[in-house]
Amino acid sequence: MNEQNKQQTNRPDWPLWEVFVRSQHGLAHKHVGSLHAVDGASAVQHARDVYTRRNEGVSIWVVRASDVVASAPGDKEALFDPAQSKVYRHPTFYPMPDGVKNI
Amino acid sequence: MTDAKFQYLLRLGDNALVLSQQLGAWCGHGPALEEDLALTNVALDLLGQSRLWLTYAGEVEGRGRDEDALAYLRDCGDFRNLLLVERPNGNYGDTLMRQFLFDAWHQHLLAGLGQSTDPRIAEIAQKAAKEVRYHVQRSAALVIALGDGTPQSHDRMQAALELLWPYTQEWFDSDPVDAWCAEQGLAPAAPALAAPWRASVEAVLARATLEMPAYVGHQKGGRQGLHTEQLGHLLSELQFVQRAYPAAQW
Repeated sequence: MNEQNKQQTNRPDWPLWEVFVRSQHGLAHKHVGSLHAVDGASAVQHARDVYTRRNEGVSIWVVRASDVVASAPGDKEALFDPAQSKVYRHPTFYPMPDGVKNI
Repeated sequence: MTDAKFQYLLRLGDNALVLSQQLGAWCGHGPALEEDLALTNVALDLLGQSRLWLTYAGEVEGRGRDEDALAYLRDCGDFRNLLLVERPNGNYGDTLMRQFLFDAWHQHLLAGLGQSTDPRIAEIAQKAAKEVRYHVQRSAALVIALGDGTPQSHDRMQAALELLWPYTQEWFDSDPVDAWCAEQGLAPAAPALAAPWRASVEAVLARATLEMPAYVGHQKGGRQGLHTEQLGHLLSELQFVQRAYPAAQW
């Protein structure tokens, strides 16, 4: 890749978008990756071209990466460790019927 | 008159084949990864359409030629694509403008072909129409974004429009092949697509703040096998392996 192409693909002017694709009806949208686009409409088009080439989706959501509010890595212990000792919260004490999927 | 039907199918297949080959040349050179993938997706859609049309053309001709024989072993004079699709890629704006002008026509053509009295033509057209609905949505959005963008992008898109405009009229000319196919209900008559195409293009150019060129003269001959120099260069790349190693397979 030559110098000019490198500069072009860095695209400081194109904001980053997080892409969520729902693979079939009844399932939740799942985060599949991110991409750059000038606005929401073109982000959806790009997501279609980049992430649904192999028939993966029935619906696409895009969210500006800057709009995602995330938990701080430093809070990991306070947020998640207390759940480790509460094994009774896991639904492991009864058999699941065979026909139930995607849980 | 199976020959007229054969010729008509070649026109459909060759438009898609030549444009697909042109777009494929952008692979790895697009202005951004997202654009690169999008454009090559369109190229693959067109290649798929070309295979369906050329396979059927070979069957209609009845001389045992399959899609590969038709794509790789015909010379320039036997190609029936429109001149527009063989115009050079130019800059990215030229490529996008060429794509939009073609897509806008292609969608109306396929809508007509979807009503064909030949069930095979109708079937292929209905499948292709779904893909082309997306193509035109994409290329129109980009023409609007760039036309109504910066002064530089606006000027480039206006220049691309002026450059390509003379090649956007031959597809509305009727000739014996076209007239016969329209009479049989196989395909919409070529002139009938002029008004819907113009309306589609006008609407997009207005939003793109681009001016429709005023002149009316136009270049023609592609559908009769009279091509520009560009097609020879394109075919030499497209056909090289089959010409150098006849019947090679992988």
